[in-house]
Amino acid sequence: MSKKMHIKLTVNGKPEEFLAEPRELLIYTLRERLNITGPHIGCETSHCGACTVTLNGKSVKACTMFVAQADGADVTTIEGIGGPDTLHPLQTAFKEHHGLQCGYCTPGMITRAMKLLEENPDPTEEEIRFGMAGNLCRCTGYQNIVKSIKAAASEMNAAGSSGREAAGSKKEVEAAE
Amino acid sequence: MIPAAFEYHRPKDLDGVLSLLTEHGDEARVMAGGHSLIPMMKLRMADVPHLIDLQDVAGLTGISHSDNTIRLGAMVTQHDIIGDAKLAERAPILREAALQIADPQVRYMGTVGGNVANGDPGNDMPGLMQCLDAVFTLVGPEGTRDVPARDFYEAAYMTAREDDEVLTAVTIPVPRGGYAYEKQKRKIGDYATAAAAVQIVKDGGTCTAASIAMTNLSDTPVYSDAAGAALIGTSLDDAARAAAVAAMLGDIDPTEDNRGPVAFKIHVAGVILNRAIERAWARA
Amino acid sequence: MKDDVENREDRVANLKGLGCSRKRVEDARFTQGKGNYVDDIKLDGMIFGDFVRSPYAHARIKSIDASAALEVPGVLAVLTAKDLEPLGLHWMPTLAGDKQMVLADGKVLFQGQEVAFVVAEDRYAAADGIELVEVDYEELPVIVDPFEALKSDVVLREDLVAEDGSLPDGAHGPRKHANHIFTWEAGDKDPTEEVIANAEVVAEESMYYHRTHPCPLETCGCVASMDKVNGKLTLWGTFQAPHAIRTVVSLISGIEEHNIRVISPDIGGGFGNKVGAYPGYVCSVVASIVTGKPVKWIEDRMDNLMTTAFARDYWMTGKISATKEGKITGLHCHVTADHGGFDACADPTKFPAGFMNICTGSYDIPTAYLAVDGVYTNKAPGGVSYRCSFRVTEAVYFIERMIEVLAIELNMDAAELRRVNFIRKEQFPYTAALGWEYDSGDYHTAWEKALKAVDYEGLRAEQAQRIADFKAGKTRSLMGIGLSFFTEIVGAGPVKNCDILGLGMFDSCEIRIHPTGSAIARLGTISQGQGHATTFAQILASEIGLPADSITIEEGDTDTAPYGLGTYGSRSTPVAGAATAMAGRKIRAKAQMIAAYLLEVHDNDVEFDVDRFVVKGAPERFKTMKEIAFAAYNQAIPGIEPGLEAVSYYDPPNMTYPFGAYVCVMDIDVDTGVTDIRRFYALDDCGTRINPMIIEGQVHGGLTEALAVAMGQEIAYDDMGNVKTGTLMDFFLPTAWEVPNYETDYTVTPSPHHPIGAKGVGESPHVGGVPAFSNAVHDAFRAFGLRHTNMPHDHWRIWRTAHELGLHA
Repeated sequence: MSKKMHIKLTVNGKPEEFLAEPRELLIYTLRERLNITGPHIGCETSHCGACTVTLNGKSVKACTMFVAQADGADVTTIEGIGGPDTLHPLQTAFKEHHGLQCGYCTPGMITRAMKLLEENPDPTEEEIRFGMAGNLCRCTGYQNIVKSIKAAASEMNAAGSSGREAAGSKKEVEAAE
Repeated sequence: MIPAAFEYHRPKDLDGVLSLLTEHGDEARVMAGGHSLIPMMKLRMADVPHLIDLQDVAGLTGISHSDNTIRLGAMVTQHDIIGDAKLAERAPILREAALQIADPQVRYMGTVGGNVANGDPGNDMPGLMQCLDAVFTLVGPEGTRDVPARDFYEAAYMTAREDDEVLTAVTIPVPRGGYAYEKQKRKIGDYATAAAAVQIVKDGGTCTAASIAMTNLSDTPVYSDAAGAALIGTSLDDAARAAAVAAMLGDIDPTEDNRGPVAFKIHVAGVILNRAIERAWARA
Repeated sequence: MKDDVENREDRVANLKGLGCSRKRVEDARFTQGKGNYVDDIKLDGMIFGDFVRSPYAHARIKSIDASAALEVPGVLAVLTAKDLEPLGLHWMPTLAGDKQMVLADGKVLFQGQEVAFVVAEDRYAAADGIELVEVDYEELPVIVDPFEALKSDVVLREDLVAEDGSLPDGAHGPRKHANHIFTWEAGDKDPTEEVIANAEVVAEESMYYHRTHPCPLETCGCVASMDKVNGKLTLWGTFQAPHAIRTVVSLISGIEEHNIRVISPDIGGGFGNKVGAYPGYVCSVVASIVTGKPVKWIEDRMDNLMTTAFARDYWMTGKISATKEGKITGLHCHVTADHGGFDACADPTKFPAGFMNICTGSYDIPTAYLAVDGVYTNKAPGGVSYRCSFRVTEAVYFIERMIEVLAIELNMDAAELRRVNFIRKEQFPYTAALGWEYDSGDYHTAWEKALKAVDYEGLRAEQAQRIADFKAGKTRSLMGIGLSFFTEIVGAGPVKNCDILGLGMFDSCEIRIHPTGSAIARLGTISQGQGHATTFAQILASEIGLPADSITIEEGDTDTAPYGLGTYGSRSTPVAGAATAMAGRKIRAKAQMIAAYLLEVHDNDVEFDVDRFVVKGAPERFKTMKEIAFAAYNQAIPGIEPGLEAVSYYDPPNMTYPFGAYVCVMDIDVDTGVTDIRRFYALDDCGTRINPMIIEGQVHGGLTEALAVAMGQEIAYDDMGNVKTGTLMDFFLPTAWEVPNYETDYTVTPSPHHPIGAKGVGESPHVGGVPAFSNAVHDAFRAFGLRHTNMPHDHWRIWRTAHELGLHA
């Protein structure tokens, strides 16, 4: 065991402070320390993306980041993207287009897709497939995930700037700026 | 997969990094994006009692341009490279290569400095930087020195960098002519089965300069001077390309792994290089 | 409100019953990060367990020293076989009638085998403790080749050799060698050999169906919590068969079954990986009993790939005979099955090679014989059905490759050869030479529809042009047309011949209708992404006339759900789906009596109509199911008990036999071995279609797993028994970038014996997909003389094929 560090994080808009060993992986910080269990653990070697969160405006794999590295960071997880009364268009589209089955990859998928659409609001199918290639799904074969993201993009573009502003997505834009 | 415990350091400047390296010697390692090191630590294949995180160190970020050179701070990420319009215009091969590295999430974290410094023969940037004749800036307790990329790699994970030095920047002469980064891999996120970086200058239908480097076909990246030389003065006809490929094959020394046996890798290396040359020539 | 103002169509639509692409009720929680998977469970005082694992594939354990580990702050205990032995828990029974070490008892038989269980206050201390457990190994000769195992003097399982050196029978009869597990036969040996010996044309081929792994995105794990005050054990885990796990835990621990509650929470994919019982479950239970605290054990990905539940690893040799016109006359198949260090295959007891005897496929083959030899090697145990019914993927791959090889032998088009030999529609129910009775099928219709959809003739013309161009030096790309026609056998199964550990493979459904006309139904199955909460409600909606949206489906808690054998082998729809329909019909029968009472007519004078009972001939006189539900709870009806509940345990009279026709079009770069799947057409006939949206999703997913297996996914070992593919860098799971868009299609041939005619679909695309991808690779090289090359068809193996055919000259 090593000396514990004083860590400060902002997670889904909420400030958090605690003492942790520097080797604590961000994914365990979220899941076990903060009870934010949306992001999952799939491969542990940064291939599957089930642990994807947005950290300071970047899509990152929380399995491959020590909490010490994340000290001071602003983190958004699926829980910060939308809830029962504030569903993000991606959350709606994944249900509408059957973009999930067992649901294990879904939080990481949606979190990654949100960032992708921020950077490329009207992606082609090819751009979606390339932009989502850091997230593995074992159930869907991706076809309906691609369809869901495309549908969400259309929905978000149609809504335009007057569309709904999810708490999470708004914060993302600010963080990216 | 849980790594062994370590002390974490996040210095604000290079002096801080250097004094930590001096203090802890080979017990200390610097970390940029961490996407090579952290999985190794989790698998307990890398033991790092003192981890020095470079994220707050001033002066390691940013892409700067001068008339003849481009300087990439060690902490410039693959994502930064892909998104930099001026870089895409002046050295488009960097973007083409960066897009073929790992996956989107990893590219947000993976840095140029980390990719070139750790000496993993599977990394793409080392070969690319050899092709571009980049110079790596190393800062250590004795001061600053520049090492050409073509002289930097000694063996797998063994480089010209001393344990107490930090790689701070990569500087490349602005590339001229046509380019191609051609990579065969099993899937997104994989290392190359074979990859070729090619820059070619064409003048009136004749090749006047050519630079060729290969990735993951030896325990270091392979800059093949002879392969480039085989193209110069030719119109890049079949014979010239065949000569370049033959020259390159004389310089590589692949080993068998899950991607395939040696004979396959040699064959694919030739095919990939030939295609890269053709593509670069078409763009020259 | 008057229900009769609604027209019938609206009333049907309102139910969201059979045939409707109802959106999934599961998705709200999953899309909001509110799923509840086993690793999400956090209990007061919970501690963690993890394994010291063997780095060697075969070694004797001379000593284990845990003293340094026990010094690590937070480490509470280190369990070894010695600690489990007094409890009789150092070995456990496998599903295949063998026994398996829970913790290494004197030796290890595969790399990654569980040697000691470190229990600690948190994951970090457990991991640090593992590093400090010192195990002294003496390496033994390693056998990774089953053919060598059958010749070797090296005995892998000394526990299965008598002191006098003789070999006691195994669970499936006599054994021929110390490393031999069983021989299993089906069909008629002598007549088959005679037919083949005298045939006009015979094609022979040997093929290796490589070892792979289901690799769901969530690994296996559990939380065991022994409540010593009340004597109750609760076990949460990634269990595809929670009731069977409860029975197994009771049998091996001695805790009475009523004191054990097994809960499968949300499961992050199973694909067969989560059927078996693993040492981690046993050790967690023991550790909880010992410490009195809840214990969590979660595999990491390397543990998962290296130790729990491989699939396939079948060495298959076939002979197929035919007339000169292509009419098949006989089929002979021998399999050498590599089962690893313990026989832990998850098959029904009487079927040690699963349903491999479906290997006559979709064809009318009059004579056939199959023999399978199971063999021990120094590899991980398992042998699960990875997205297929028991060994059906192997069987279908075998016959679909044999058909292609026969087509080459006959110099005949492979589509035509299939057409000539399909079992004809009028032959159903059809008894195959190896014993199965196929329930229904219309193969010719499906085949013609598929070939027309892809313009098969056009594809062949294009391919001929490509070959000409290749020979003329105009292209370095070849084109393959991969055909596959498969018949699955799913829905295990009839209790008369299907059991696991003596438990009949029926399944169950219990329904409670609430007074206000909503309902809860509980089943013995457990969804791992198949959408049971959505589709079983649809079955019920159509049966009992209450909207699917008013029906909760609950699975996975053995304290509340009726006993069932779980979800694998595409058995949920054929068995539990049938139980659901049958329980629904019991509800409806009682509802009919209530309706008749309320309408003051005889029971036989009312009939069911969508969501109500109406008086025959007087449709304006009716009682809706909602009204009937309320009446069941507030009316004293003479001769009828209050309440409206039913339970059904369904023992299927037969398996179901889904089928399909797939075509894959692939371009192959001859120089690099890189493939491009240009087109994939999949026609599935799964009988009655419950939810087309979900069926399509299952097909997409199964095809993608088929793509992975055919094109690169393997668990590979070196000669020392080291696993070479232990992380997702090397174990191929395709990303969105490597996967094509699929075209899906269907025909509907209901199962005649299933209450709603459904057959199941989850595994068809995997079973049919693997040969389609593989046959495309083979087809591309057929014109250059290729007969067969083993999967996986990754770049270098395809390159090797081209190289050996002289295409790089």
